[in-house]
Amino acid sequence: MIPLFLVLIYVLIQGGRLISLQLLTELPPAPGLEGGGIGNAILGTIVVTLIASLIAIPVGVGGGVYLSEYAQDGWFSKFVRFGNDVLAGVPSIICGVFIYSLIVATRIFFDQSFSAMAGGIALSVLMLPTVIKTTYEGLLLVPQEMRMGAYGVGASRFVTITQITLPAAFTPIATGVVLGIARAAGETAPLIFTALFSPFWPEGLFNPIATMSVLIFNFAIMPYEAQNELAWAASFVLVIMILGANLLARWISHATRA
Amino acid sequence: MRSAPPIDAFTLRRRPPQEKLTDIGFRQLTLVLAASVGIVLLAIFVTVFTGAREAMATFGLRFLTTSAWDPVNEQYGALIAIYGTLVTAILSLLIAVPIGLGTAIFITEDLLPRSVRDVIGLLVELLAAIPSVVLGLWAIFVMEPAIRPFLSLLHSTLGWTPFFSTEPQGPGTAPAILILVVMVLPIITAISRDALNQVPVELRQGAYGVGTTRWGAIFNVILPAAVSSIMGGVMLSLGRAMGETMAVTMIIGNSLNFSLSLLAPGNTIASMLANQFGEADGIQVSALMYAAVVLMILTFIVNVLAQWIVRRLSLRY
Amino acid sequence: MASDVCMSLQDVTISYGSFEAVKNVYMDLPKGKVTAFIGPSGCGKSTVLRALNRMNDLIPGCSLKGRVIFDQHDLYDKRVDPVEVRRRIGMVFQKPNPFPKSIYENIAFGARINGYKGDMDELVERSLRKAAVWDECKDKLKESGFSLSGGQQQRLCIARAIATEPEVILMDEPCSALDPISTLKIEETMHELKRSYTIMIVTHNMQQAVRVADMTAFFNAEAVEGGSGKVGYLVEFNETENIFNSPSQQSTLDYVSGRFG
Repeated sequence: MIPLFLVLIYVLIQGGRLISLQLLTELPPAPGLEGGGIGNAILGTIVVTLIASLIAIPVGVGGGVYLSEYAQDGWFSKFVRFGNDVLAGVPSIICGVFIYSLIVATRIFFDQSFSAMAGGIALSVLMLPTVIKTTYEGLLLVPQEMRMGAYGVGASRFVTITQITLPAAFTPIATGVVLGIARAAGETAPLIFTALFSPFWPEGLFNPIATMSVLIFNFAIMPYEAQNELAWAASFVLVIMILGANLLARWISHATRA
Repeated sequence: MRSAPPIDAFTLRRRPPQEKLTDIGFRQLTLVLAASVGIVLLAIFVTVFTGAREAMATFGLRFLTTSAWDPVNEQYGALIAIYGTLVTAILSLLIAVPIGLGTAIFITEDLLPRSVRDVIGLLVELLAAIPSVVLGLWAIFVMEPAIRPFLSLLHSTLGWTPFFSTEPQGPGTAPAILILVVMVLPIITAISRDALNQVPVELRQGAYGVGTTRWGAIFNVILPAAVSSIMGGVMLSLGRAMGETMAVTMIIGNSLNFSLSLLAPGNTIASMLANQFGEADGIQVSALMYAAVVLMILTFIVNVLAQWIVRRLSLRY
Repeated sequence: MASDVCMSLQDVTISYGSFEAVKNVYMDLPKGKVTAFIGPSGCGKSTVLRALNRMNDLIPGCSLKGRVIFDQHDLYDKRVDPVEVRRRIGMVFQKPNPFPKSIYENIAFGARINGYKGDMDELVERSLRKAAVWDECKDKLKESGFSLSGGQQQRLCIARAIATEPEVILMDEPCSALDPISTLKIEETMHELKRSYTIMIVTHNMQQAVRVADMTAFFNAEAVEGGSGKVGYLVEFNETENIFNSPSQQSTLDYVSGRFG
């Protein structure tokens, strides 16, 4: 465990000392120049993660609802749950390859190749199994009597699920979803050749976009100190965001249980 | 006898058709959403296989056993990457499993005060969330320079074996293995901890009740009872380690030359994809897809095996 | 029996998968009365009760043969919507199961989905009063239903059931999880309720049947040849007084006099 603490402490010190308003709001410098910031990458990470969440959360919650509330324990539900575990195990780089072939190489979005949208979709593929699993397992914890109570006053399944069962399972689902978002925000492999990178501010959802994780990757292997420093700064911001999300998830599960 | 109930206030005693349609529509919607898992999975397989078809036809199974990666002459073999993937993943687990399991025992079995255990548990979970690209950055600038003297020592004392036969010179397989250890350690610790916590209290008390020592109970009763979940967790970590891209790519050196030595630069399938896929064209894309197929099959086998182990062995107690 | 028939069971057999839980039940349940279902465990009395508002539909593999007539319709006709059935035939369960919402919302939920157009505050108060739990709740309507004690929770569930003004209320061992004082209060509530509702109650407690029920049905279970389990059947259905004082069947006499079960 000690190396991990070292990573954490090193990132916090090495990255934290670089943080300034300029760093958070400016564009990265051209290779060889000093100064600049990671503003576009921070914004890009938020945009791409948001796209992924907007796709993966509705699809995953819906799928989880089906598995827990509708499916009989037949071949279909077994297949979906098995498939979900398999999908969770697919290496993230393969998600990138998949979305590259499906969206980037085919240019299906307005003849654009690399785009924020492609990156977001790649991340959503990665998030989907987490959301389905947490929704399904969260709903299984809701006592059957609660559903019966709703049916007993004449609620339909739709009303029971949306107004009684899902709210009752809010805590575990929200916790899992927040953790899933945090994980997606730090992913790099699916973005390298889907969202690509951009030294500029985001130019819409159908153009390449900078993200912190790809920035770290690109700048870490550059021979310029200014870029290496920005990689540390981006690591700091990314780690703080992810740790913040993890603490938020813990807070959700504690605060609402009491 | 009694008056009819005042049902007039309840206008929806009979359900209007749109309410019934919502009910049915919602069910069908969630069915489609659940099916999307299968569709996405199928689409991934079909896309990658289709992309790999050309290379499969050209190189056949020779692809798996040759190490040429030559875009100029269009000759491709994935042996280096396959070897690198297996070696880094397996060796990293051989190091990480004993440490992770030990940590898990340490934080579950009453060896520490409760508050300390909780804090360690929280930290383990937070550390598992550090993005791998950040670990890669740290590996390049901090870990690799720090361990180089140690690797040099390995070379000078064990240099006569093929595994340490080259001079360490920065990026290489050994640093990649170490960063993988750092990555999978929290996963193994967390899974082992959960597995140990789930061992029934009666079993523990039973063991202590017949006068076993603490370590006797841990090794003879508690670990065997948790072994299925732990094994499953180890297999899942193996899958993660094989598919791990960023941290490895940044530190392994991405060599196209085969070397048995762990101190020399190497390559893995995932890092090959990360490095080349964006710029490749023609049959190189197909060859990369072929490598992706190999990686997918490897992780698929490992993951299915993990689930099978958990299900199979968990019937025991 | 002078009263009108509320529900009529005609040759009802209920199975879980291939296993028959209860078979060949014929019964005419009277309107505006309290009918108790008694009998030993596994005799299918709860299964029959849940069949009356199609609650069994929610149990995978459960199926029903025969007819359940309510308001001139067979409840198990293909054209009948089970949700509508449950809007007219309410239910109170064995364990108190308030929704994880405020006390007010627990009552308002059912009324709202039934399209209630009147004054909601007034309905909430009226329902809680009828269930004799208003005094305990009136100062904490915004608090969670779980903040009440077990007995109060069960009366909240009764209030929830009557808020939708059903014609029939089914109660599945409503007091089995409660202490004697709460039980007594719920029984008092039932005496009030039977003025406006038809009530069917499953109970393990024979004294309770004597105290609250006008009519009593005695179910028993017998082993079937070649089968692994027992099959429930209706032994006797009559006015409560007759069941307990002069039953026509020997097994009823044995049961009510405490000789078995």
